Amino acid sequence: MQTLRFLLWRVAKGILVVLAIVILDFALIHLAPGDPASVMAGESGATDEAFLQQLRAKFGLDQPLLTQLGLYLWGVVRLDLGFSYRQQMPVIELVMNRLPATLLLTGAAFAFSLTVGVAMGAWAAANKGRPLDRLITTIALVFYATPLFWMALMAVLIFSVWLDWLPAFGMREVGANVSLMEGVLDVARHLVLPAVTLGLFFMAVYVRMTRSSMIEVGRQDFIKTLRAKGLSERVILRRHVLRNAILPVVSLAGIQAGQMVGGAVMTETVFAWPGIGRLMYEALIQRDYNLLLGVFVVSAAMVVVFNILTDLVYRMVDPRIEVS
Amino acid sequence: MGAFWSRFRRHKAAVAGLVVVVLVIVIAIAAPYFYPVSPWKMVQRPFLPPFANGAVPLGTDTLGRNVASGLAYGARISLLIGTISTLVALMVGVPIGAAAGYFGGLVDDLLMRFTEFFQTIPSFALAIVLVAIFQPSLVSITIAIAIVGWPPVARLVRGEVMAQRKREYVEAAILAGQSHWTIITRQILPNVTSPIVVLASLMVASAILLESSLSFLGLGDPSIMSWGYMIGAARTVVRQAWWLSVFPGVAILISVLALNLVGEGLAEALDPRSSRDQH
Repeated sequence: MQTLRFLLWRVAKGILVVLAIVILDFALIHLAPGDPASVMAGESGATDEAFLQQLRAKFGLDQPLLTQLGLYLWGVVRLDLGFSYRQQMPVIELVMNRLPATLLLTGAAFAFSLTVGVAMGAWAAANKGRPLDRLITTIALVFYATPLFWMALMAVLIFSVWLDWLPAFGMREVGANVSLMEGVLDVARHLVLPAVTLGLFFMAVYVRMTRSSMIEVGRQDFIKTLRAKGLSERVILRRHVLRNAILPVVSLAGIQAGQMVGGAVMTETVFAWPGIGRLMYEALIQRDYNLLLGVFVVSAAMVVVFNILTDLVYRMVDPRIEVS
Repeated sequence: MGAFWSRFRRHKAAVAGLVVVVLVIVIAIAAPYFYPVSPWKMVQRPFLPPFANGAVPLGTDTLGRNVASGLAYGARISLLIGTISTLVALMVGVPIGAAAGYFGGLVDDLLMRFTEFFQTIPSFALAIVLVAIFQPSLVSITIAIAIVGWPPVARLVRGEVMAQRKREYVEAAILAGQSHWTIITRQILPNVTSPIVVLASLMVASAILLESSLSFLGLGDPSIMSWGYMIGAARTVVRQAWWLSVFPGVAILISVLALNLVGEGLAEALDPRSSRDQH
């Protein structure tokens, strides 16, 4: 019951946030230099005056600003994010076609970064001050400072061009008309490089967070009590320290979701992964602002949903958290 | 100051980071003296590999431009955008955080909801949208980076100010009849500068990363040579000319790493209570 109330409250808050983002979107279209109609049409429409007139009428650009905002919001409620004049398709359709690839990529990267990051952070904390700890911390520090797009490019250079181990571009072999199993393997092979690259930066974050959190928990009195009780160091670390230390890591995961979207733009661009990040880049170079803003709204909404999910997980892991 | 320096010096990695940062600053300032020719100009045949010609030690790019010269000029734009966008983010975040922490109540609620909203939006995607719509230029890039950078500042300052708010010296100042403005700017803020300085040094690092990502996507100022632009331009020829993307990438990595190390060193030197292993 409490959880349900919490969920409703979080969803209501999430809807407000998405609403605010849509209004921000609207403001951006109108703040942009030039005529909103030409912004919506992208450069393609900028030359054809009749087409712009048609757009102005369609979006009510001759009407007062508030009416326009109302029309825009009403459109979003009906999942109408406008039309991409470059790709000749509704924006929502383009985004939905590309969304599964991004969810696969970010999901894989998230799983990789969280498991490897927490494991390495815990390992470093258990060996605090020893060479192994220093090695892990240094690795984390370097990956934390490496630009994602560059890491992606280097991964292509090393593992595809020089070693020829893994495919560098796309999600499937072109024209691969094969069985389901082979198809899954094909996608998995294409997934390795982008997912690991995207995951490495976040892994670095989790390593640092887990390590410092574990060291902090390890200093607390109840751990001393357990040690005095004669429990083995292994059991203390795994069952008690790690369990308590994982909480801040979970709450961090929610904050990371927004950054994951940005990371997806970079990795999908370099690896030609057919997700919404790549779509955003395409919209960017074609100056298709309608599409650009549509991808932005959808990715922001995705982050809001993910935040609600992590809040729920957090609540389940730590019942002390109350609705606030 | 002396005590601060002796504490900072104990952190060897931070000192190394500081040396690198100073070096990058020197290169950025001296770029026009080393390379009087514009980094956009063709100086040799295209695709000249590195270490082959003394005049162009790091080779030339697809249009015969000097890679070493591009790196030197790129350092200027990275540092410039990194520091200015951080300053702008501080100018937005510090007042918001200070007001929220000092006044509390409804003011705090409203300002923090506002901050949270900006933290929920995927920051890099917002930066892309802002720069794309307002057209890439030094100003739009700097402002976009500042807009996505200020929320952590506001949250940090809020927490610090809130902790100071209950201290006796603040109550004394209130009883003495000082205005809110005077109390915040003269009494409280000087006491919370240390964590702000630490955060600022880390923010410069992430601003450099963000700027390079934007120019990699083609959202850099079209008239300025930058590291991200160099990598973006070399992306399609990575098979033929590895050096075009390797060198600028290493430049970004080293600068950002150095700034992060300096930030960690500052954190330890400015806060004697924090011990080494908390980082």
